[in-house]
Amino acid sequence: MTTTGRRQDTKPARRVPWIIEFYRSDVAKKWIMALSGVILLGYIAAHMLGNMKVYFGPEEINHYGEALRELGGDLVPKTHLLWIMRIGLTAAFAIHIHAAYSLTRTNLKARGRVRYDVPREYLAANYASRTMRWSGVIVLFFVLFHLADLTWGTTNPDFIRGDVYNNLIASFERVPVAALYIVANLALGLHILHGVWSLFQSVGANNEVYNKWRRYLAWGFTAVIVLGNLSFPIAVQLGIIS
Amino acid sequence: MDLTLKVWRQDGPGKPGEFREYEAKGISPDSSFLEMLDVVNERLVEAGDVPIEFDHDCREGICGTCGVMINGHPHGDQKGTATCQLHMRKFNDGDRIVIEPWRATGMPVMRDLIVDRSPLDRIIEAGGYISVNTGGAPDANLIPVPKPAAESSMDAAACIGCAACIAACPNSAGQLFTSAKLAHLNLLPQGQPERYARTIAMVETMEEFFGSCTNHGECEEACPKSISIDNIALMNRDYIVAKFKDRRKAGQR
Ligand code: HEM
Ligand code: SF4
Ligand code: FES
Repeated sequence: MTTTGRRQDTKPARRVPWIIEFYRSDVAKKWIMALSGVILLGYIAAHMLGNMKVYFGPEEINHYGEALRELGGDLVPKTHLLWIMRIGLTAAFAIHIHAAYSLTRTNLKARGRVRYDVPREYLAANYASRTMRWSGVIVLFFVLFHLADLTWGTTNPDFIRGDVYNNLIASFERVPVAALYIVANLALGLHILHGVWSLFQSVGANNEVYNKWRRYLAWGFTAVIVLGNLSFPIAVQLGIIS
Repeated sequence: MDLTLKVWRQDGPGKPGEFREYEAKGISPDSSFLEMLDVVNERLVEAGDVPIEFDHDCREGICGTCGVMINGHPHGDQKGTATCQLHMRKFNDGDRIVIEPWRATGMPVMRDLIVDRSPLDRIIEAGGYISVNTGGAPDANLIPVPKPAAESSMDAAACIGCAACIAACPNSAGQLFTSAKLAHLNLLPQGQPERYARTIAMVETMEEFFGSCTNHGECEEACPKSISIDNIALMNRDYIVAKFKDRRKAGQR
């Protein structure tokens, strides 16, 4: 028996808890990526829709920011539900990134260093599917900047805590920030264009009846998110909201 | 027709290799790709040179041994056929053809164009069978098999184990091959008693050798049997179900 090509990193050395053993499998990692991807997709959809309130004036959006803190109404103490959501979201983001990192390493190793002499002419893979790692990393760095700019206010000199409307305008009035926002959202668009289609495959939801709708869904969802998000910096730059 | 070949030559496993160019003059357009290599090899032998080693057996697209990368296309730029089913009339006089072995860490080059495809056997050994009692052949139609299930199973069973899917994959993932072998059995009544144990065993063996699928779909394009990536989705679902199922009760551990 030849064992030359056997990967060395997957043989479990000793019994480990079920969940860890489960996560060792690449197929399971992809399933978890798909689930965390769905959580993140839900978040970016809600985020984009919520921000639409900026078009209805300062009171609307500032009130929305306040309402988020009061989520759960009288049932839970103020900001608690918001914090639960934040923690859940951070966890989904972290696990998504860890799985991405781990699978990327696995794949680079599995492919080895030798490349084909004639560059492969890809027939099915597209730009979006081949740049998942890059678009993902761009989104990661953008999210960090975005938090610093609009949540913590560290990179925004005119930041006023609680005044969402003012902060947003002050941020997007700076041309480089608006440009960065646009680039990052295009990267996000590429990421979810492949992601929304791909996640069905990863969880095994594949059925002739709706397979072609997976592409339509990916395009439709991506178009709505990207156009919605791009409208904010463009509206500020054009002075539609000020 | 006159051709120039650029072929990967390597003396043995782990040895350094290199591309070498060969003139292939007066090749008949009616010959198959492998026959063209035969002619080149005969001339090499006559000239006292070492012939180009390549795997082949049936030469009719059923054994799966003959796969090579031709001008960057697994099995050549013809859809749904193996290397042995490719004919020289698909090329033009004066063409330059680059012939490379499959590349993946899991199946290293043994010599020239031959790679070690034995990991595919390891995957089959892990569960690509059904356990039956020996004895007299059972009556035909004793086990009812719905016609569509028989058809989809048969489509998956068409996989010849050539590893073109792995060679085509930017991640060197073995998903198309493994899922075809799984769907072949998991879709049939006879495959049910061992379905989940089989899925876990074969997937985990696959993961010892190959990369992870990112759903590019290149494998389906490269496959000489046009095996569908729908099988990969089925495999993913069966694997997750298997992991959550109480398999002890069904004796599938
Ligand atoms: C709002 C943020 C994000 C969303 C909505 C999102 C969504 C998704 C979805 C739906 C998938 C498909 C999963 C599957 O095929 O099962 C995916 C895959 C992927 N994501 Fe993300 N993602 C986000 C952020 C990130 C970040 C920050 C990174 C990396 C730093 C990342 C890296 C990847 C990679 C590499 C894949 C492909 C994994 C593979 O196929 O092996 N993503 N993402
Ligand atoms: S799935 Fe297709 S490409 Fe892969 S080994 Fe089987 S026949 Fe070859
Ligand atoms: S030689 Fe058997 S498939 Fe090509």
